[in-house]
Amino acid sequence: MKPVTIIRSLAMPLLRDNIDTDAIIPSREIRSVGKTGLADGLFAGWRYTDPDKRIADPGFVLNDARYANAGILLAGGNFGCGSSREHAAWALAEYGFKAIVAASFNPIFYGNCVRNGMVPVQLDARQIWEEISPRSDELTVDLARQSLSTASGKNWTFSIDAESREMLLRGLDAIELTLQRADRIEQFRQRDRLSRPWIYLSSNENRQ
Amino acid sequence: MKPATVFEKIWRDHLIEDIGADRSLLLIDRIMLHERTGGIALESLANAGRHVAEPAHVFTTMDHVVDTLPGRSDVTLMPTGTQFIRSTRAAARAAGVNLFDLGDPSQGIVHVISPEMGIVLPGATLVCPDSHTCSQGALGALAWGIGSTEAEHALATSTLRVRRPGTMRINVRGALEPGVTAKDLALHVVSVIGSEGAKGYAVEYAGDAIAALDIEARLTLCNMAAELSAFTAIIAPDSVTFAYLEGRRFAPAGEDWNAAVANWSALRSDDDAVFDAEVTIEAGDVQPMVTWGTSPQQAVALGQPVPAYDERTSLGKQDAHDRALAYMGLDAGQSVEGLAIDAAFIGSCTNSRLSDLRRAANILKGRMVAPGIKAICVPGSSSVKRAAEAEGLDRIFLDAGFEWREAGCSMCFFVGGESFAPKARVVTSTNRNFESRQGAGTRSHLASPEVVAASAVAGRIIRPSRLGAGS
Repeated sequence: MKPVTIIRSLAMPLLRDNIDTDAIIPSREIRSVGKTGLADGLFAGWRYTDPDKRIADPGFVLNDARYANAGILLAGGNFGCGSSREHAAWALAEYGFKAIVAASFNPIFYGNCVRNGMVPVQLDARQIWEEISPRSDELTVDLARQSLSTASGKNWTFSIDAESREMLLRGLDAIELTLQRADRIEQFRQRDRLSRPWIYLSSNENRQ
Repeated sequence: MKPATVFEKIWRDHLIEDIGADRSLLLIDRIMLHERTGGIALESLANAGRHVAEPAHVFTTMDHVVDTLPGRSDVTLMPTGTQFIRSTRAAARAAGVNLFDLGDPSQGIVHVISPEMGIVLPGATLVCPDSHTCSQGALGALAWGIGSTEAEHALATSTLRVRRPGTMRINVRGALEPGVTAKDLALHVVSVIGSEGAKGYAVEYAGDAIAALDIEARLTLCNMAAELSAFTAIIAPDSVTFAYLEGRRFAPAGEDWNAAVANWSALRSDDDAVFDAEVTIEAGDVQPMVTWGTSPQQAVALGQPVPAYDERTSLGKQDAHDRALAYMGLDAGQSVEGLAIDAAFIGSCTNSRLSDLRRAANILKGRMVAPGIKAICVPGSSSVKRAAEAEGLDRIFLDAGFEWREAGCSMCFFVGGESFAPKARVVTSTNRNFESRQGAGTRSHLASPEVVAASAVAGRIIRPSRLGAGS
């Protein structure tokens, strides 16, 4: 994963609460086994008047030419609720979003966001609705400073947990980090095997 | 030792070490996978040149994109479903993990087959790239949903880096009234505390009303913790749990069984344990429920009108409320009971187990589905299907005019194959009433299997108690 430090972009407002992962990427739009080929299906139910024929709904913000290059998405509360499908994060990232600013996030989606190099920026609903959304200028997400700011100097700070921040800033691979602790894990498992032997299945041969 | 909750005890038993500021490295005992989000995890792991650390602890099945029509094969109504099935099968075989493939007598919905085979156990940690993994907390396990990339981590290391959630107890006092089910309780809870009501918490369901539930009802209740945005839900294991698990295929046996039960018996929250949050629900307040909107929190007791937006009492904002009304084709003040329906669906990881089918069949016996209603019953697993057929439930469903399907997730969501029609009003025993969840523009009303069965007969949403005598 590439390290993320500064994101500078226009923000596209989609100020609804409870935007679920079925809305972000409908199940019917997940056509291939891989992690790509999803951007066209992003928000398909809202973006197209006819999803099959891909006829754009001009009333939906994703089709508004002003936001064609937006790399930041503004949303309401509980963004990414529902299904754990990581395809929601893959679709948003593939489309070009690098940060999601929301009043709150579903926890599984939040993790998926971080693991795919997108910054989850959590701010008060009032700040998003009243202060940030009405603006039409470029925003800057500075992950190291945990700030969202405008060129004119307006500034909001956000919180992000330490591990997510580190992972994003340094572009770390979590599996690699954990495998460095393999000895410690093995010691723990050896002890655990003695205290909870019933957990350890001897093989994957079907037991009858 | 310091007083502890069930959650804290299981956490303590699995804590390898705290890492960094806010993460803990936890041992993962069981990993469940399905072809929608699990195959990609196995494949991606292999592509990175890594291998599954403990294949015997990994269980894969086919439930999400497989057809549920009789005579099904790898070829699916979903245009590209075959790829998902075949790549998952190939990846599972290459990794040497357990696979309950199409045609296997144990195939079924992941959260139905895991308890059924004793894969999930009290005090165990279990993860699956599926948000409804919290269902399995019903057995006293710490079970939660993750993404596919996190599943890769669990597969490669048998651990996860987890941010510790807070603890919430939802105490359900008293007894549920006759005819009120775990599904009604689940919908009641989300209508009270909201779709973010348990965010950041591992919820423990406790109280007399919970102790009185059988395991299948507990699975239904814990299933919908996903709709509260909870980290997961858990119910302390008790004699009901142990009796359910004994003798199941992957459950411990012999000496191991005795040692396990002794260990599990200590898995209850200490009397003086402190929770970060407490919610009390009076079981007597719970009535048969139905959703009217596009979020599970938009639910009312049958007989209550669609609420008008009220800033003080409504969950969510006015625009979401108005949007839901428009999508569902409803007006505030209108009765939900009595709405004409187009279809009825019984199935999903929420309500597709044998007891669910028995209760629905009990209503359908000697009755017919109203003319023009598409009615479908999809058993949660191949085992449930066989057990139901052994006692003749399939005949009751078929005679009433229901379709009787093969096991899978089916039309809980529109995967690209089958769907309900635009604007079709569906009463459904599933867990999500999101826009277009069951088909583009479909209007879903969540309810218990009983309410779905009764509504199918009446042709409109109705409480079973109001259904006339059999025809």
